[in-house]
This record gives sequence, C-alpha cells and structure tokens, in this order.
Amino acid sequence: MINISELSFSYRERGSNLASSFGMRVDEFTVPLGASTALVGPSGSGKTTLLGLIAGTLRAASGNIIVNDQAITDFSDNELGQYRIRSVGQVFQAFELLGYLTVIENVMLPWYIAGSGVRADIRKRAADLLLDVGLESKLSSMPDELSQGEQQRVAVCRAMLNNPPVLLADEPTGNLDQDNKQNVVDLLVEQAKRNNSTLLMVTHDESLLNKFDSVLDMRNVAQPLDVKS
Amino acid sequence: MTGALFLGWRYLAHHRFKSGILIASITLMLFLPAATRLLVQDSATALTARADQTPLILGARGSELELVLNTLYFHAETPAEIENQAFVDAQSTELATFIPLHSRFQAQGAPIVGTSLDYFDFRDLKIVSGRQMGLLGECVIGANVARRLGLGPGDAIISSPETVFDIAGVYPLKMTIAGVLDAAGTADDDAVFVDARTSWIIEGLGHGHADLAEPEAGAAVLSRRDGVVTANASLTQYAEITRENIAAFHFHGSAASFPLTSIIAVPPDQKNAALLRGRYQDNELLQLVVPGNVLDDLLETVFAVQNYVILGLAILSFATIGVITLVFLLSQQLRKGEFHTLLRIGASKGYVAILVASEIGFVFLLSALLAAGLTLVTRYYAMQILQTFLSL
Repeated sequence: MINISELSFSYRERGSNLASSFGMRVDEFTVPLGASTALVGPSGSGKTTLLGLIAGTLRAASGNIIVNDQAITDFSDNELGQYRIRSVGQVFQAFELLGYLTVIENVMLPWYIAGSGVRADIRKRAADLLLDVGLESKLSSMPDELSQGEQQRVAVCRAMLNNPPVLLADEPTGNLDQDNKQNVVDLLVEQAKRNNSTLLMVTHDESLLNKFDSVLDMRNVAQPLDVKS
Repeated sequence: MTGALFLGWRYLAHHRFKSGILIASITLMLFLPAATRLLVQDSATALTARADQTPLILGARGSELELVLNTLYFHAETPAEIENQAFVDAQSTELATFIPLHSRFQAQGAPIVGTSLDYFDFRDLKIVSGRQMGLLGECVIGANVARRLGLGPGDAIISSPETVFDIAGVYPLKMTIAGVLDAAGTADDDAVFVDARTSWIIEGLGHGHADLAEPEAGAAVLSRRDGVVTANASLTQYAEITRENIAAFHFHGSAASFPLTSIIAVPPDQKNAALLRGRYQDNELLQLVVPGNVLDDLLETVFAVQNYVILGLAILSFATIGVITLVFLLSQQLRKGEFHTLLRIGASKGYVAILVASEIGFVFLLSALLAAGLTLVTRYYAMQILQTFLSL
C-alpha cells in the first residue's frame, strides 16, 4: 500500500525564473496494495513529481510517504537507493535502455547495480520474463535492433526483475502506436496482478483507463503550492 | 562494485573504435618515452661493453668515431687506411699484442673482416661447426650470417665487387667456408672473417693466374723483356683459391705498403698502455685511441639528444592527456541521461563514479599492458635495431 499524508514539495531550479518553479501539496493519498491505478491530469499538475516522490528520486519538504509500512521520507540517500532497487520497479516514457548492453543484460541491470543474488538465478529470471513478453529470441540483441514496442517490453521486464511490490510507470505508452500501447498496458497490469504489485501509471490516453482498477485525477489529489514566497 | 566494472567493460567493448583510439593514444604516450630510454640505455650498455673490452685502437688520423665504429662494428663507412708497415712497427715495440683488421669489403651483405687468428682468441670466439680457417681463400662466418644465408662448412661465399662495370678491376673471390662461429650476440655474428692476406687478394693486391711460362699461356703474352712478362686480359685469372691453384697466387708490391683499416692493441698492463699511448701521441699519420673514451663522447651527445626527445614526448603526452580528458568529459556530458537512468533505478552516485573510474582504469590498464608488451618486444630486438643502426 502507498500512503501519503500532509505532503508538501517545492522545486525551484537554482538561478531560474519563477516560470520553472513548481510546488504542490498532498493532504491525503492512498493506493491499496495490489491495485492498479491510472493517474491522469493536465500537464504541470504534478503527476511525474508524485511518482518521483514515491520512487524516492525527489524529496518532500514535509509530510509522510509510507510504502508498504516503510516511511521513505525518513530514508537517507543510500537507503532510498536500496529501496528503489528492492521495492520499486520503474518504467519510463523513453524506455531508457542502455545502448551498450544486450536485451537480457538490460533486464538484469538492477542486479548489476544491487549485486545481490546468484547471477545464474537472476539470468534465468530475466530470460523467463523475456519469454513471457515474447522476446525469447532477442536475448542477445542490442536495443537499437528492436522496435519501440519491443524496447518498452524490455523496459517492463527490467522493472519486474526484482518482483517489486510497487510498479511506477510514467507515461510508458507515450512513444508507442495504438497497438503497442494496448499491449504494454496489458503487460504492465498483468505483471502487476501476477506479482501482486501496486501499479501506479501516469497516462494522458483515456482509451487505456478501462484497464485499471481505479483512476485518480491529479487535480483531486494535489493542490498547487505558491513557491513565490 | 563488480556490476559497475562489468558495465564499464561493456561500454568500452561496445564503443570499440573510440576505445581503440584512446588505448592506442595512451599506449604510444607510455611506450615512446620508455622505448626511447630503453633503446638508448641498452645501446649505451652494448656499445660501452664492446668498447671497454677493446683497450686501444691504432688507426689513421681523422675521425676517431669512424675508426672506433669500423673496428668494433665493421661499420660500412670505411675510415682512412693505414699501411701494414704500421702493424710491423707496432709489433716491434713489444708493448702489446697487436691484431690487424682490414674491413672494407662485403660478401652478400656481410662485412668481410681480414684479420689474424689472434682476433678469435681476443674476442673469445669459438668455432661451433667446422674448423678454423687455415688456407688462403678460406673464411669462417658469424652465426647470423650462417643462419641468414643458410651456409655451413664446405659451402662457399663470394665477395661483392666494388666496381661492377670495371671489367679490368677486382674480380669477386669465391671463398670456402671452413667453419661457423658460435653466436656471441655481437657484431661478430654478422661478419665473414678471412686472413688479412685474403682480404688483400680481394682488393686486387694479390692474384692467381695461369703460369706465363707454360705454353698454354703463350697467346696472352704480349712481350717478354728483361725478365718482365706483359700479358693481356685474355690471361685466365682464378676466382677461387683451391689446393690445386694456391701455389699460383702471389702478391705484387711490398707487403709493408698493403692496407689495414685499424689495429687492435691489447697491452698486458696499464704501464705498457701508457707507454704505447705516449709513443703515438705526436704521430702525424697515426692515432691511438681508447674506444671507451670515444664512445663516452658519443653517448654524451646521444643522452643529450635523448633528453630533448623525451622532453618533446612529455609535452606531447601532456597534450594527449588534455585531449583524452576532453574526450572523457564530453563523453560524460553525452551520457548524462544514462547516468540519470542508473540513479533513478537505484544506483548511488558512488556507483556511477566507480563505473566511470572503471572505464578510465580499463583504458589505462590495457594501454599500460600494451605499452609494456611493446617495450619488451623492443628490448628483445634492441640489439638488432642497434646493429642495423650501426651498419648504416
């Protein structure tokens, strides 16, 4: 379960004007364990920021974020890194695969970072994940040899490698055609269900919303914060 | 940690061309100064070792360096010659053992060294197959000559004519190989040794031909007057000295005036050496030099040049390091997105730093290994490089 309470966050780039500043406040926000939730809302409403706060890549100014009984707002930078590796799987809009690694090495990337577990077991897990998404013949391919839909499937497998209890996807279908959009969302929801992961996905595409257990409008979750002061 | 090393290695392996250029640049940056220093030091050691084993050299006044290089390495640049009388005079002093050298001709790329048997004792050269030369026209060859030309005892080697188009000039002499010397790792391995008299025959000071008293030679005789016989070019001259025709070989002129390129003097002690040096101090035609001193002067110049070369290479290295640093910095700039992804997935900043450091480390490690390998190869061939340089 993800629970956020009394959270405030502000961001102002050093030396920048106020136009690039941003602030928001979340009084109460809860996503139940194992639920798949779509996060919608206009640009600039804080969807990506909220994912960043839950992933621990952004730090709140105040308030609490509790993920599966862990108060991540109290974590140090190193603890946040460990938390991301072990508890959070992330899928990004631009796939963000490493061009110099093969498909299976990209899926194993969290293991190359964390280094815990037996390599052979992790490799088998990665191969099984790729088999699930129909990429078993592409284990040794390089990312630039894959279609965009295939690349995003690899990114989903990478996010699922450690069986994370939380799966965060930031507009993962933004660069895909309609068929691939449906396939990737189906894959994410299916993998989350199979693993009992809590899925939180940002999307602008209303045609995908019927695939989620619930849909949250960011305008009802967060209020803008005045950062001029 | 190992994950970061793996990613670093995979990055370099994927970008082979870029990595290759970086490694090649750093390898050259490390190898060139090391090889220069090594070559100079090995050369200096080899040069001084052979020079130090040669106490004194007597030769014609002129370039001391040419005299020493010709005597020690049979350098192609022949110094001014001295007369054999100088050898006779030197021996009469009884201040040292004197070894004549006449190194002017070549046989299939190898210098022909006319000398006496004392030379082999002096240089501690052993016959590894065959026997020592005993007859006029015989030779013993160095180990490298035997290997390079595939020659052994009983085979023959022909001296190279100096003037190919001079039909009235010196004819090549076919010399029988009596023996092959054991490898000594010196210039002796690349030489063909003959008796000094054989080298004079090659020079045309002695020759063998059909007996003019015999009726068969009658057609070649132009005149017989007061015991002097004049013959034309149709007279058969022998191009090879055999047991059958050796008696026909003879020299014209006085042996005292025959040429030598130098004389090695081996005095028994310092006192005799000093006396000998005093003897030739004011000689207008001859000079007695200490090879070690002459080469020390040369090496001083070489070391000075080496320092300038290394200074130049150091400046070049700084420029290379600057360019490499720039390449790495630009590369990091281009890889910001990749590092951001790693951080978002859960890597620490330290992990990213290790990844970058491992790439730099691999590049420098591979470069260092390559440079070390090249340096070892250079060291292995250092003596050959030196010999090639000296034979130019």
